[in-house]
Amino acid sequence: MNQYFIRRLLFAMPTLLAISFIIFAVLSLAPNDPMSQFALNPAVPQEVRDNIRRSLGLDQPWPIRYGKWLYTLVTTGDLGFSFSSRLPVTELILQRLPTTLWVIGMAYVLSVLLAIPLGVISAVKQYSLFDHLATTVAFIGFSLPTFFTGLIFILIFGVRLKWFPWIYDSTIKVTDADSFLLVLKQSVLPVMVLTLFQTATLMRYVRASMLENIPQDYVRTARAKGLSERAVLFGHIFRNSLIPVVTLIALGIPTIFTGALITEQIFRVPGIGSLLVSSFNSSDTPVIMGVTIIFAVLVVLFNLIVDVLYGFLDPRIKYS
Amino acid sequence: MATLAETFTPAAQPAVPHQVYSPMQLAWRKLRRNRAAVFGLVLLGALIAYIIVGSFVFSEEYANHNDLSLRLQGPSAEHPFGTDPIGRDILARTIYGGQISLLIGLASVAISLVVGVLVGAFAGYYGGTVDSVLMRFTEAVLNIPSLFLLIIAAKYAGDKIRNFELFGREFSGSLIVIILIIGLTSWMYLARIVRSEFLSLKEREYITAAHALGVKNLRIIFYHVLPNTTAPIIVAATLGVATAILSEAYISFLGLGVRAPTATWGNMLEDATRYIENAPHIWFFPGLLILITVLAINFVGDGLRDALDPRTLTH
Repeated sequence: MNQYFIRRLLFAMPTLLAISFIIFAVLSLAPNDPMSQFALNPAVPQEVRDNIRRSLGLDQPWPIRYGKWLYTLVTTGDLGFSFSSRLPVTELILQRLPTTLWVIGMAYVLSVLLAIPLGVISAVKQYSLFDHLATTVAFIGFSLPTFFTGLIFILIFGVRLKWFPWIYDSTIKVTDADSFLLVLKQSVLPVMVLTLFQTATLMRYVRASMLENIPQDYVRTARAKGLSERAVLFGHIFRNSLIPVVTLIALGIPTIFTGALITEQIFRVPGIGSLLVSSFNSSDTPVIMGVTIIFAVLVVLFNLIVDVLYGFLDPRIKYS
Repeated sequence: MATLAETFTPAAQPAVPHQVYSPMQLAWRKLRRNRAAVFGLVLLGALIAYIIVGSFVFSEEYANHNDLSLRLQGPSAEHPFGTDPIGRDILARTIYGGQISLLIGLASVAISLVVGVLVGAFAGYYGGTVDSVLMRFTEAVLNIPSLFLLIIAAKYAGDKIRNFELFGREFSGSLIVIILIIGLTSWMYLARIVRSEFLSLKEREYITAAHALGVKNLRIIFYHVLPNTTAPIIVAATLGVATAILSEAYISFLGLGVRAPTATWGNMLEDATRYIENAPHIWFFPGLLILITVLAINFVGDGLRDALDPRTLTH
């Protein structure tokens, strides 16, 4: 089994390399771009511009820059410095991480907690009023673009009802119950937007997976040998239905890290998503590369975790 | 003998002969019975009527005409959906924007179909090294959040192509860029579906027979295997149109979409965050139209998935 995982990790390396290479290549196809902030400034003479380019290492061709970037990362684990703020990329990411984990992470946990019971009830009581209602809402929920729900929620709950603030203020420090309440209140709207979308997607998946297991022979066998409905439902159907659902949940966890680009933009949440958007705008290659490569590593890692979980949840699966 | 033959003549059969349906007819009959799918089709029909009939009512010149004295007016009899930050009529813009949004959806799906089918077919059919290389590449692209790729590509290629004229209408050159990048960042899922279909289909006897008859590989791929994978491809392509329209809206929302003067539902939302409270009408109508379109396409796609699945029963 260990051998299997080591092989999997080795196989993941080319993928990681390919990802970093693709992003770096695309980013580098923009000549001169990180300097655009000086482009229209006549006070910055050409030599100064050239010096800045040299100090950022931009005078070299991009394959060499990619090689250097990769070499530093592999040998020291250093992600380099941001072009625009000159801060280490790791530090920038760590600054944004708590907000991202709080808002996007909370939405993710909430949607898992909501989607599983909703999906299970919907499947067990198939074609009931609850099922029709839940599936219709879920269908609309995952068709709703997040920018639209975000704007509508702001208009209803922020502007009209004045229940929640819609601009996220990251300067609030949690020191007592009052400030915690403030932070909680300003997180409600972005969390709601994300939860609605994710719950909808996940709930449909849970329901489908349950419905696939309900008519199976082993369920009839379980009932035939006199197990209680509870035991059949939770011990047999639910446990088997959970296997693909766990995959989906685990594979979605890395996306928490990259944040929600659109939702963070609407509510001005200073998470990793908005860090990315501003890095895209200033062509801050090191930051974009840093976030992407961490994300890619997380994806590979969680794929492995899913494999381990599979073996645990489904004894039929053996790795060799 | 004659009497026996007579009893089996068609004349002795009931008046309505047993009808034989083609697979497509069967799928259509199943689709028609799916209330959600029919609802989706009706919605789509209404939307298409809206953007076609509307273009006879308002000229594109009118849709792009700005009058700063009329900026940010709320809905009125003159401007039913109100006016935008530079005084253009939003109703007329949703009509022309809708044409472009649908065009982006269809054209980018066409591109992703070509790439996805080719990658999936070659990987699945040839296997071995071809498969590993192609699938590793697909996996790599799949592991980069598609919005990243869209943003990077839109940012750097956004204004590289000059505006062009087609059928007497002027289009922003960025339209082509947006179509290309959405198409080229959305083929991975399709490639995987096609590959898995090819993996199982190429083991069938009829393919072995084709090989034995000396049919060339390319001909087997496109004439013998590919036609049998149309059902999942149709479903994926239908749902892909909705995703493409959404992608356009998302990059436009970040200010990287199709440039002026061409209107799209997406780029009408560009200034939305600045006018959330003061002028909600500027983002509400295009946003609503995107929502309705996506919902309608998803209904149809979901219905098609059931209708094209030979395992579901037909009566």
